[in-house]
Amino acid sequence: MTLNTLRAVLFLVFSVAVSNFGFAVQDNDDQDKEFNAKEMIMHHVKDGHEFHIVDWNNEPITIPLPIILFTDNGLTTFMSSAFHHDDSGVNIVEKNGERFVKYHEKIYQLNAGVDALAFDDEHHPTNAVLPLDFSITKNVFMMWVSVLVLLLIFISSARKYKKSNRFVPSGIASFMEPLVIFIRDEVAIPMIGEHKYRKYMPFLLSVFFFIWINNIFGLIPILNGANVSGNIAFTLSLALFTFVITLFSGNKNYWKHIFWMPGVPVPMKIFLMPIEIIGMFVKPFSLTIRLFANITAGHIIILSLMSLVFIFKSEFIAPVSVGFSLFIMIIEIVVVAIQAYIFTVLSALYIGTATAEDNH
Amino acid sequence: MDLITPGFGLVFWSLITFFFLLVILKKFAWKPILGAIDERENGIKNALEAADKARMEMENLKADNERILNEARAEREAMMKEAREIKNKMVSDAKEEAQEQANKMIAQAQEAIANEKRSAMAELKNHVASLSIEIAEKVVREELSNKGKQLELVESMLSDAKLN
Repeated sequence: MTLNTLRAVLFLVFSVAVSNFGFAVQDNDDQDKEFNAKEMIMHHVKDGHEFHIVDWNNEPITIPLPIILFTDNGLTTFMSSAFHHDDSGVNIVEKNGERFVKYHEKIYQLNAGVDALAFDDEHHPTNAVLPLDFSITKNVFMMWVSVLVLLLIFISSARKYKKSNRFVPSGIASFMEPLVIFIRDEVAIPMIGEHKYRKYMPFLLSVFFFIWINNIFGLIPILNGANVSGNIAFTLSLALFTFVITLFSGNKNYWKHIFWMPGVPVPMKIFLMPIEIIGMFVKPFSLTIRLFANITAGHIIILSLMSLVFIFKSEFIAPVSVGFSLFIMIIEIVVVAIQAYIFTVLSALYIGTATAEDNH
Repeated sequence: MDLITPGFGLVFWSLITFFFLLVILKKFAWKPILGAIDERENGIKNALEAADKARMEMENLKADNERILNEARAEREAMMKEAREIKNKMVSDAKEEAQEQANKMIAQAQEAIANEKRSAMAELKNHVASLSIEIAEKVVREELSNKGKQLELVESMLSDAKLN
């Protein structure tokens, strides 16, 4: 009896724990549906159209999010709850005479006169088109939450300075100030230089804290691990900012080094030009991939370790799973800060090379 | 694969979100925070510089005081030396003068004594002379009262005169 009770309790505890991690653990009575670790992990690390919190009594509890689509006929909006948690393309939503289905977190517009998705051999729908999807997905939603938190933290920090007449930080400001000073003294000044760093401080600070807070939110299980900073679209956007800022702050010296490298023979100049031009684009690309890969990898490791419980169908593997996840989680806490720092340092470095004076 | 294909919608929202985050934070957070930090650091720097300056001034002042004190001490020393010299000189001068005066007085006294002595002697001589003359007169008167004696005298005188 004791062993069975223990099993039941353990299973319950870990079911809840793992379902918090962002996937629907099917009820253990539901033996016919096999647990698919890959599907669960991908569901977690990818973007989604609704905010899934937990499954309760086999019913998913979600926050519905607005779906915004640009079809040939213009703008169409409705709430994601219209799909009734369906992700297999069965549930059809009809709006303004257009019919939509959600299949693997993509919204398809069914062709006229079609009632169900048809697939080719590679499971790609053949009788539907993908409208431009500007939906407020769970990543956009979490991003906005993080923006709100950032604004709250830093605007209230800024207020603390106004209140104190000697510019002494207090409260939250005294916690944030060392970080701000760290970015200034360890990132901006060494990378960009004493005279020009001021102009780039707002960008560096914003990008550092924006990435960091999204990384941290990604680690909090109950937030359903919206994997914002582990999404390549997000990292690409931030890298684009760095790229554009680098382009616009590039001085004569920078462009000369790209198109006509000084101090080398002419054939070498011609040889170096394409390399330097490719380098211009590789830099933001590396920023994109580095952040995306690091954060996504961390999520995948933790989720894989958690999945072990369900793959082995044994609660005795749970302590091992939890132990390892905890270990990785602690490493991740360090990694998320380091990745935010690296993104900021490299952005500063790229800006620094673009603004450096000729000192040969 | 979906995972590494950036979704258009999320790129769009990320760009917009980050742009507004940047603008708002720049205006309402970074500017006041960095401004306050700068202000404070400048304040600290200025205060340290002012303290350094004050300390230097203090040292200068102290050195000045020391110098003035030394000067005053030296002056006092010099003045005292001078005074001592003057005193010594005055004492020796006075001594000399007194000696001179004394010598002069002694000389005068001696001279006066000598004069007195001389006049006393002269008076004494005169007195003695007149006395002797009186005596001689009286003796002569007595001698010449008889004729024989007068002749005798003339003769003795004449014999004396021959001798001359």
